[in-house]
Amino acid sequence: MASTPAPAAVELRGITKRFPGVVANRDIDISVARGTVHAIVGENGAGKSTLMKTLYGMHRPDEGTITIDGEPVVMHSPSDAIARGIGMVHQHFMLADNFTVMENVVLGAEPRKGLRLDAAAARAKILEIGESYGLQVDPDALVEDLGVGDRQRVEIIKVLYRGARTLILDEPTAVLVPQEVDELFDALRELKAEGMSIIFISHKLDEVLSVADEITVIRRGSTVATVKPDQVTARKLAELMVGSELPSPETSGSTVTEVPMLAVQGLSLQTASGRVVLDDVSFTIHRGEVLGIAGVEGNGQAELVETIMGMRIPGGGSVVLDGQDISGWGTRHRREAGIGFIPEDRGRHGLLLEASLWENRMLGHQTEAPNARGALIDRAGARADTRRIVEEYDVRTPSIDVLASALSGGNQQKLIVGREMSGDPKVLIAAHPTRGVDVGAQAAIWDLLRAARAGGLAVLLISADLDELIGLSDTLMVILRGRLVAEVDPATVTPEQLGSAMTGAGEQQGGAA
Amino acid sequence: MSLIDQDLAAPAPQRSGQPVRRNTVYRMLIFAGFGLIAFSAVRVISGADDLTSAGTVGAALGLAVPIGMAGLGGLWAERSGVVNIGLEGMMILGTFGAGWIGWQYGPWAGLLSAVLFGACGGLVHAVATVTFGVDHIVSGVAINILGLGVTQYLASILLEGTPGGGSTQSPRIDPIGTVSIPGLDDALQGVERHGWFLVSDLAGILRGLTTNISWVTIIAALLVVATWWILWRTPFGLRLRSCGEEPYAAESLGVNVYLHKYIAVVVSGGLAGFGGAYLAIVAASIYREGQTGGRGYIGLAAMIFGNWRPGGLVAGAGLFGYTDAMQLRNATAVHALLLLVALLLAAVAVVAFIRRRWVPGVVALVLGAVSLVWYLSTDTLPPQVTFMTPYITTLLVLALASQALRPPKADGLPYRRGGGR
Amino acid sequence: MNSVRRVGLMLAAPALAVVFSLAVTSAVLLATGTPPLSTFQQMIQYAQEPRTLALIVNSATTYYFAALAVAIGFRMNLFNIGVDGQYRLAALITGAVGGAIALPAPLHVTVEIVTAVLVGGMWAGIAGALKVYRGVSEVISTIMLNFIATGVIAYLLTPARLAVQTQGSNNIGTKPIPPSGQVPGIDLIPGSPLQVYGLVVLAIAAGIGFWFLVNRTRFGYDLRATGMSEAAAVASGVNVKKMVLSTMLISGGLAGLVGMPQLLGSSYTYSLDFPAGLGFTGIAIALLGRNNPVGIAIGALLWGFLDNSSQILDLVGVPKEIVLITQGVIVLSVVVAYELVRRYRVVAQQRDVGRELAEAEPPPPAGGGPGGAVPEGVSR
Repeated sequence: MASTPAPAAVELRGITKRFPGVVANRDIDISVARGTVHAIVGENGAGKSTLMKTLYGMHRPDEGTITIDGEPVVMHSPSDAIARGIGMVHQHFMLADNFTVMENVVLGAEPRKGLRLDAAAARAKILEIGESYGLQVDPDALVEDLGVGDRQRVEIIKVLYRGARTLILDEPTAVLVPQEVDELFDALRELKAEGMSIIFISHKLDEVLSVADEITVIRRGSTVATVKPDQVTARKLAELMVGSELPSPETSGSTVTEVPMLAVQGLSLQTASGRVVLDDVSFTIHRGEVLGIAGVEGNGQAELVETIMGMRIPGGGSVVLDGQDISGWGTRHRREAGIGFIPEDRGRHGLLLEASLWENRMLGHQTEAPNARGALIDRAGARADTRRIVEEYDVRTPSIDVLASALSGGNQQKLIVGREMSGDPKVLIAAHPTRGVDVGAQAAIWDLLRAARAGGLAVLLISADLDELIGLSDTLMVILRGRLVAEVDPATVTPEQLGSAMTGAGEQQGGAA
Repeated sequence: MSLIDQDLAAPAPQRSGQPVRRNTVYRMLIFAGFGLIAFSAVRVISGADDLTSAGTVGAALGLAVPIGMAGLGGLWAERSGVVNIGLEGMMILGTFGAGWIGWQYGPWAGLLSAVLFGACGGLVHAVATVTFGVDHIVSGVAINILGLGVTQYLASILLEGTPGGGSTQSPRIDPIGTVSIPGLDDALQGVERHGWFLVSDLAGILRGLTTNISWVTIIAALLVVATWWILWRTPFGLRLRSCGEEPYAAESLGVNVYLHKYIAVVVSGGLAGFGGAYLAIVAASIYREGQTGGRGYIGLAAMIFGNWRPGGLVAGAGLFGYTDAMQLRNATAVHALLLLVALLLAAVAVVAFIRRRWVPGVVALVLGAVSLVWYLSTDTLPPQVTFMTPYITTLLVLALASQALRPPKADGLPYRRGGGR
Repeated sequence: MNSVRRVGLMLAAPALAVVFSLAVTSAVLLATGTPPLSTFQQMIQYAQEPRTLALIVNSATTYYFAALAVAIGFRMNLFNIGVDGQYRLAALITGAVGGAIALPAPLHVTVEIVTAVLVGGMWAGIAGALKVYRGVSEVISTIMLNFIATGVIAYLLTPARLAVQTQGSNNIGTKPIPPSGQVPGIDLIPGSPLQVYGLVVLAIAAGIGFWFLVNRTRFGYDLRATGMSEAAAVASGVNVKKMVLSTMLISGGLAGLVGMPQLLGSSYTYSLDFPAGLGFTGIAIALLGRNNPVGIAIGALLWGFLDNSSQILDLVGVPKEIVLITQGVIVLSVVVAYELVRRYRVVAQQRDVGRELAEAEPPPPAGGGPGGAVPEGVSR
């Protein structure tokens, strides 16, 4: 036995990082022992990604030290981190679709034969790594043709190719189906056995509990606790993440009526290469009902929303709004007919970031009062109504003339919710309505959705937040690979059961179809 | 690409692996074979010998060089993610550089000077787009304006009062030598003169490609091969292309994206300048204001036609060079092209109908009929119409082919270090 | 950010660009042995003569239409580089039509204007249709159409078709427009032997119309939204294909008017020496004026000043092409300057809002409170 303990693979002490207007990380302390899996959990906006970018050399901390294998280091770029044996597998894969696996893996660390790129050597090494760690993949395959699980393997191979000893995985299971999750965890155990240290960032608490040796909880930019999985439950971890009793989005009393508002029948969609995106999707939402659709990202939810909004043309099926077949209508017509839309990516689809708030209030409703009169826009009307929305929906802003980009995520989202509700819609499509939004705004948005529901609105809720889905939905369905595979009762289902259904495990258990 | 472009573009996967390349080569050979038969047939029917004569082919090869070099420049830039509309301006700078230095110090110095002048233009574009994040198209247009202005100003100062020159042209530049493969000239000329179907055409084409080839053309061909090798066979090239596909992924792996973009855009300008050198030194033997005639833009079209690959670019440049050469030569030959176009459109229509794509098939058929009628009812084409041939060809090619193409994924998108998700 | 600061920032960029360009021009002049100060002085003196002033206004009128045509496309990220071909073709056809008909004056002129707008719009519409239906980049297609227009014009402008020999010269042009089709000039500049084009009134009206269309109508809102974020515009219901087509048609229509002041106000015929290259001038001025009708007006006047006052330079031995360098540098530096100002503005606003909100709220309790999370748009 060694007389002194081996130095920690990675040690972060007192890390602080500020951006204009906010402190993203404050006094973070984490110690990752060599040969272990160390999980970092925290809710959206807690500062996990900022911290990992610091560790990967993408920016420097304002205060604090980073120590790797006992040696303090200062890193100026990802190359420095790579040189120190740190490899990062990003949540959103950093892969070039038009390149092969081999080209993606060796980029920046290419083996050479004279001036040439030694493709043969590259291929050989990739196959070797694949063999050693159970991460097989074809070096000459085009990344574009690979599925999500394979792409993740490429990312891991990328990191191992450069001799990483410490791997950072950012939300690795967010897009995997259950088999792929198992394969990934097996690979992680192999890596651990070879002496690698793994930092695993996730918000899927049950997975974290099953694979981690140690867990650090981050809340509002600071470390809150470091625990061992046998010391805590998922619920306790969640409470540590949020800092108080979990806000409960529970709804009391049913407001569901018999009047169908949105009826979707047999929607099907294929990509040009024949991949099935939507497979015979049918459902009906009634007045006063919230239909939640749960699913792992990438199973067709985004395309379903776009199809209902008229932004995509399905291969087959129909959409009926309040008794009227709107299947052939364009987006503007559908919006005017009473469909409100809270998009998943508000920066891209929901806002004009370089326009003022009152101009953004008009977005999506620029053909109706109070924004327009005939063919002209009604500036006074739009401005007055924007002031009303800012007031009623508690949008924190010094004026309605500031650019939308100057607002925080939560306030931007509140503006969007206010705008969409103001058109007195019949149906509201809310895609990830509280993503990237602070807890206070999240609670406010839930209240707004509940109130609208009580007022007779039909809501289609797409979310990855299981508590949100369970708490708000009257009817809850699960989408997997473009098909609605299960319907569960929100009153009795647990997050664990729902998670299983979302990743397909529920199918084997004979979950209700 | 804007959403509307994505909407319309059918995803046509472009593989870089081995097996499909054999397939493509096969298809190209068949295509070339049919093309040769069509040309030959039209020549025999119409009696327009110039269609496949050595003279035309030689001229086509020559005129393909400036277009090809501009296109090659565009390829370097766009492969690194920077759209370069300013090729025309850089080419203009190149023609001036070749003229001004060339008439004083000889053609080789002129060539070098042209490349340097063009590269300076490229540097300005790089600074504007890479460092300052200016919209690529706006910067390119500004370079065109600036390139023309600088050239006109410098010409009025440096060329005024020179022997045979003035503010709009330079004195004569000594020629750069030409090369011919010995012995082939006479042998092939004999075969060509007989006018036999197919064989004579082949002889004419071969003769055009192997006699009196300027050194500049040879260097240009070497540059194309070098580009292919550098961009697709070396680590530097892989990194450069990654900047055009996924710059943030490249950044996360330690690639200096800014550096690679700078190099690519400066090289792009240099190549455009080289194209300008050809126009000034070989084609005209002087610098003359306006001699680029839009070839910088046609080069871009050739690049798009070639799907951003050197091989396709050569085919595109060859096509545009051919139409450029035709309009400078025999009017009867251009008139005969109408018959050729009719034949080709008929073939396109047949293929479309086989694939059950009715509307494009009917359109092709109608246009083919129009072309045929036009051919039969006239004897020659007015010169103004032949002047338009390369430009109309460009439009047609783009209109027919734009949807099947695959530009580098991050082409034209702004990049800022540290700006990834 | 208060309005004074905002206006100041907006003016800063073009001002910076002009100053920088003057500096570069001076450097070039010095390098070629010409004293810059006296050169500028000569130009300014010459510009103050009434005749030159009239010329400046006339040039500016023509440039204004070109810049407006380009600007409406730019607002939507559409690059209509084809203004050149559009206006020349429109001028030729209008010249031919105007010379061929005889109607009472107001009607005659109206027919001519309408013809110009229709021809220009149609020529631009070809590029728009190619983009919408075939995915062809409008940058290249409009450039190709410029060359094709040159060919078409050369074909039509021959004695066998639309042209006639101009008396007493080797020039050929369209049949001269009778007085009923001519637009009289205005004596705007006192003491000037030269009148200002009557169509300056139309230019001002076009500017007002542009401002109204873009800022006060639903169409204008859709246009600006598409230019700012195509994804958001699509999600908000904008039909991008229709927008592209409409905008190209409007842009081409405005382009058609570029040749009208000269055609209907002084030359009365489209001949071989009709001015060319005004399309690129339009692009430069649109960039300088930030696609804004007032900015463009100032830019057009500046350009007119540079073009006309430089005529004097030949007489004092300075090549007048120096202004081309000035103009080129202005174009490049103004776009750089605008980009820098834009970045500064975004960062400053974020900082301001953060500060103002922090002042307005009581400090959050330790570890709690809703303001603690990281704002969106900042890397997490």
